[in-house]
Amino acid sequence: MALLQISEPGLSTAPHQHRLAVGIDLGTTNSLVATVRNSLSVVLPDEHGRSMLPSVVRYLADGSVIVGDAAQSAQSEDPVNTILSVKRFMGRGLADVGDISRLPYRFVDASSCLPTGRQCSTEAASAKHGMVQLRTVAGVKSPVEVSAEILKVLRVRAEASLGGELTGAVITVPAYFDDAQRQATKDAAKLAGINVLRLLNEPTAAAIAYGLDNASEGVYAVYDLGGGTFDISILRLSRGIFEVLAANGDSALGGDDFDQRIHCWLLEKNQLSALNPKDTRLLLTLARAAKEQLTEHNEAHITAVLSNGAVIDNMLTEAEFHTLSQNLIQRTMQPLKRALRDAKLSVDDVKGVVMVGGATRMPQVQQAVGRFFNQTPLTNLDPDKVVALGAAIQANLLAGNRTGDDWLLLDVIPLSLGLETMGGLSEKVIPRNSTIPTARAQEFTTYKDGQTAMSLHVVQGERELVSDCRSLAKFELRGIPPMVAGAARIRVTFQVDADGLLTVAARELTSGVEAAIVVKPSYGLSDAEITRMLQDSTQFAQDDMQARARREQETEARQLMDAVQHAMAQDSDLLDQAQRADIEIQLQNLQDALSSADQQMIKRAIMALNEATVSFAQSRMDKSVKRALAGMNISDLETK
Amino acid sequence: MLQVYCMSSSEFNFQQNHFQLLGLPAVFKLDSAQLERLFRALQAQVHPDKSAHLPDVEQRLAMQRSTRVNEAYQTLKSPLRRARYLLLLQGVDTQEETNTAMPVDFLMVQMEWREAVADAAKARDVDALEQQGARMKQETHELEAALAVKMDDEHDYAAAAAIVRKLRFMEKLAEEIDSAYDEIDN
Repeated sequence: MALLQISEPGLSTAPHQHRLAVGIDLGTTNSLVATVRNSLSVVLPDEHGRSMLPSVVRYLADGSVIVGDAAQSAQSEDPVNTILSVKRFMGRGLADVGDISRLPYRFVDASSCLPTGRQCSTEAASAKHGMVQLRTVAGVKSPVEVSAEILKVLRVRAEASLGGELTGAVITVPAYFDDAQRQATKDAAKLAGINVLRLLNEPTAAAIAYGLDNASEGVYAVYDLGGGTFDISILRLSRGIFEVLAANGDSALGGDDFDQRIHCWLLEKNQLSALNPKDTRLLLTLARAAKEQLTEHNEAHITAVLSNGAVIDNMLTEAEFHTLSQNLIQRTMQPLKRALRDAKLSVDDVKGVVMVGGATRMPQVQQAVGRFFNQTPLTNLDPDKVVALGAAIQANLLAGNRTGDDWLLLDVIPLSLGLETMGGLSEKVIPRNSTIPTARAQEFTTYKDGQTAMSLHVVQGERELVSDCRSLAKFELRGIPPMVAGAARIRVTFQVDADGLLTVAARELTSGVEAAIVVKPSYGLSDAEITRMLQDSTQFAQDDMQARARREQETEARQLMDAVQHAMAQDSDLLDQAQRADIEIQLQNLQDALSSADQQMIKRAIMALNEATVSFAQSRMDKSVKRALAGMNISDLETK
Repeated sequence: MLQVYCMSSSEFNFQQNHFQLLGLPAVFKLDSAQLERLFRALQAQVHPDKSAHLPDVEQRLAMQRSTRVNEAYQTLKSPLRRARYLLLLQGVDTQEETNTAMPVDFLMVQMEWREAVADAAKARDVDALEQQGARMKQETHELEAALAVKMDDEHDYAAAAAIVRKLRFMEKLAEEIDSAYDEIDN
């Protein structure tokens, strides 16, 4: 039990104060927290011994929040308010999300600022390009808020387990995350009350865990196919240095997509069209189970009864699944080639291929990667945990806990950063795969006499046209002294820090008049917004307690229902028609109350069911007493 | 061989040029292995990961230093950028944007090669692209060897600048070959 491990002797009283630092893998499907304990990186389990926290957040009407397994088990029951795979929405607009009809959520178009939207930005400009929002029973939530709920649970778990407040955490992000996605992740951590020591690229974290363990030297490829993102990183490992040579990927490709393929196959096989959210979620859950089943078996049997009574009964074979998923795997090959080209290396230069992410368990993925690199990939580490373990090792180092051996990590920025120039073209200021931190300045001038302002549009991506790149920020430099066209010298500086986050500053040089501005991506949140969200969250300071109370009550309700149904099946003869009808009504009421997730309703329904069964319970007790008097074996009387 | 840096916060000098910063002589002919060793040793001192537990001001300073070291390394690592930078230190403008007086035979070959790359892309002919890539690398190496002589031995900076302009063509060609591969992969 995790709680018993808290008081490790000497942990807090060590002569060189040990700073409590953790690595957090904020995954699409599951999240983990790990720490270095007695020189070993270990994943921290919850009080039930589970190390993986499903990245699922359920919102309830009273504003309380359930995270993890309990939320996951409610996904079919309450699909609209139970958010899965929120990582896919981080730093993303509605247009990026793709086919929203396949998802059971109520998306809010951030461009139309709705009065009920707690999250709507006050700035029109940022609302226009805003992050997608989700309408839940507890109000409109941004992906940053949803992610913060997951991070909060992990923080609480870590603090309980380590017995103190955290100094900080390393949070991992896909290497191919752009600036908006990184900023959103950092904002989520801030909102969860976590001091971010560093945003660390997931494949790099895996390389640290693997490389330090195996004292590896040479060029390694890390193939990381997670729940919703794909990364390929090429690293050179040499004595104490982890140097990323190139990173590439697809931040919207992962295990989820394989589930979707099976889901679509099911729809087609059964000639189904649009399903309701409940059925969609049910089939997605079954699709995922089938995918996992096919990792070790040749076929998977999928059966379900939809809410309209329609029966699903299909057999998916390994071969069929391979055909279904072929082009998803093919989509990972292009980034592999690009990364190698950018690193100026060929397949033969790669000494080993490290597999990371749960989706790399699929045999067809391992085969394809093996074929590409002409070698068997390394699968001897737990693909689900290696990122968190590596992040913990790095967190320990960054927190200043000297371990004796020291290493240096040189990472890169995955996507080029540029400015919009005339004709809607992107001029690259910082090319992709530049080692970070990095900075680059570019000079511009005015094109009109007396021009006093200049607007700048910062974009990220490899494409020529600005419209094909991600728009990060638009801002105006004002207060340029009036001069003839071409006389002003405006220097725009891009600075990318060690988290891979961009800051842009602009200033006019000739006149000595300085006008500088620092921008944050419009997909990120302003400090004011975060402050407001923090205030909002203190309104729910009790939410953890409430959530626990709710869980206990739900459990109580289910136990009561089970007991009553069991008793009715066993002793139906003790009930007359009216009593039976009454109990059945109360059972149904409690069932309804449970699906409504309204705490008060559940409480009332429990009481009503208890009341309706009082006389039934009395008769059963009488009956058992009579049985006992008739000399029956006592063990026969025990009702489960 | 390896110089060991023990730098206190006051010793990092942002005014130093790239060569001074890395502790190397300002010449074109660099030992790339030594450059890499020096870069790593210096980065190991100044990288922001070394001060992640320190106050914000220290972290900001680390970011600026580390950025500066990366800039120096990236500039010196690439022969083209290194030559351009050396010429800048000598006060010589390479005129890559303005000087279009290239030898006709060089330009003819360039046009021919670019057409070959475009044709290979269209025909999705990877072998042809590889051939063109090898030719481009060979020519680049020859130009760099000539540049070393002009820069370090003869100190003929005008001739060196002319070679830099040619190398710029080769860099463009390399970019075109890369995007041709991208096109074929798509």
